[in-house]
Amino acid sequence: MNENNFVIETQDLTKQFKKVVAVDRLNLSVRKGEIFGLLGPDGAGKTTTIRMLCAIMDPTEGSARVAGFDTKKEPEEIKKRIGYMAQQFSLYGDLTVLENLTFFADIFEVGRKERQERIERLLEFARLTRFKGRRAAHLSGGMQKKLALACTLIHQPEIIFLDEPTTGVDPVSRREFWDILTELHIGGVTLFVSTPYMDEAERCSRASLMFDGNIIVCDTPERIKGLVEGQLLELRPDELREAAQLIAGLPGVLEVQTYGDLLHVFVDDAARRTPELEAALVGVGIAAEGLRRTRPRMEEAFISLIRKRSEEDT
Amino acid sequence: MSDYAVEVVDLTKRFGDFVAVDGVTFHINRGEIFGFLGPNGAGKTTTIRMLLGLLRPTSGYATVMGYDIVKQAEDVRKNIGYMSQRFSLYHDLTVGENLDFYGRTYGVRGQRLRERKRFAIQMAGLEGRERELTRNLSGGWKQRLALGAAILHEPKMLFLDEPTAGVDPISRRAFWDLLYELAEGGTTIFVTTHYMDEAEHCQDLAFIHGGRIIAEGAPEDIKLDRMRGQVLEIDCTQPDVAIGVLREMGLFEEVALYGAQIHAVAEGIDEYKPRIAQALAEAGIEVHTMDVIAPSLEDVFISSVRNHVNGEE
Repeated sequence: MNENNFVIETQDLTKQFKKVVAVDRLNLSVRKGEIFGLLGPDGAGKTTTIRMLCAIMDPTEGSARVAGFDTKKEPEEIKKRIGYMAQQFSLYGDLTVLENLTFFADIFEVGRKERQERIERLLEFARLTRFKGRRAAHLSGGMQKKLALACTLIHQPEIIFLDEPTTGVDPVSRREFWDILTELHIGGVTLFVSTPYMDEAERCSRASLMFDGNIIVCDTPERIKGLVEGQLLELRPDELREAAQLIAGLPGVLEVQTYGDLLHVFVDDAARRTPELEAALVGVGIAAEGLRRTRPRMEEAFISLIRKRSEEDT
Repeated sequence: MSDYAVEVVDLTKRFGDFVAVDGVTFHINRGEIFGFLGPNGAGKTTTIRMLLGLLRPTSGYATVMGYDIVKQAEDVRKNIGYMSQRFSLYHDLTVGENLDFYGRTYGVRGQRLRERKRFAIQMAGLEGRERELTRNLSGGWKQRLALGAAILHEPKMLFLDEPTAGVDPISRRAFWDLLYELAEGGTTIFVTTHYMDEAEHCQDLAFIHGGRIIAEGAPEDIKLDRMRGQVLEIDCTQPDVAIGVLREMGLFEEVALYGAQIHAVAEGIDEYKPRIAQALAEAGIEVHTMDVIAPSLEDVFISSVRNHVNGEE
């Protein structure tokens, strides 16, 4: 392992399928114990990246090291040390929760002695103890994801790759799933998680946004939000459209966005522009509630950064 | 005729013993963007299918654009546009052919079809790409084309079922800008989503869970009314350790790690600040900041579901 303690490192990692470059000279590094988020829309290259890192698929160019081993030359060493929860994770629907865990314990050759204790602990951890006799096919979507995670953990991997573990899961289960991931993180496991939900970046130690095979932003959630140009004001005017038009023309206003009945206004200096904005609205007789400074949402931060980047490119 | 674009009274659908939709009541004002939120299996799709006149309710009553969904199902379908989750475009047809197909389905012909096609293509930003195969379009383009197809016949009401799943953030934003334009032009929009952050774009919302509406209103009002407790964001050293200390205090409904910060939720959380500071200090943790922050809609949804579940037990 190198001195920076990176447990995942890629160099110009590339995967080309016939005409399509799914992953395009990707460089990333993940520190031991981090929750690393790989965010992006469908087709951005998230799954291909994960499959290459899990040594299931070879890159067409470039290289990657995972847990200190080269994915191309030493795939078996890597497979021993990682857990991989695929998007279409295959549980055995006819088997019970307990039988599924036992089955995976067999595959990963977990010894008879450790097995029972470990399975019980994982059931508890995934909050599935009450359901251990239930067939996997009869679990809710959220519970199936938790069982899949428990199966992924049976051989106590150092690094876990999760490909869109929360897609299609209800918000309550999603929150619970992230709480479980946080517990693993506190326990020192490195987590590499892909997701199409921008707001999940907030739960990561570092988050990256992938787009067309490449990472365009990668930083801590706080710093990603800090990269947004300007400061954000929020208000709820009674004449939304008129207020938006008026505000867009005021000095120091960078951007105006509508959210239902709310306006989000990016300004150069919140302290200075707040009274000016208030005065302008009063001047035309528009009433507004709840004018205050707020923080950009993760999605707003990403959009602002993508736009800035494409302006720089042209 | 109902003043509302959609009026739903005590609508119920049973499948055998299973109650998919359980006495749902709500209404949508004309020209409004209404968000219908809930997890998979909560009853969203069943409700939409009843409103589109595709599925007969077991009991209850609903009108869409003034038409009874049971007795006047044909009129309902003529007056609405519908865009389904998978965008229902024909991948082996070109952009132009897809629009022709939907035009004919909706009875739009001749000069009017040509005009509407031009409008749809311009709206989707697909000028000059009419002859391209739909399969070659990326997610954001397909989505805008599907929207164009759904409004070829200029419906006054639009149903969108999970329209932005899997689309990149820039396209998602562009799509919402189109929806705002349509709503400003007087179109009523009913949209389902499971992206909680996206729900903030809607003027009015209903949360459905287990077949019942558990919260409804404008996003800001729902946040004020339904959130039991406030969210405290704590920025401190050793958050991994701090989270354990906070959980041991046993005061909070929830303690969760967000990057390097902690969110703790409790009623009257302001008053707990000194106790929290003390407990963390005793554990050798230094607190940088501690602020009450606005809850997200997801925070509110989770709080509502928990209240709902606890209320039943």
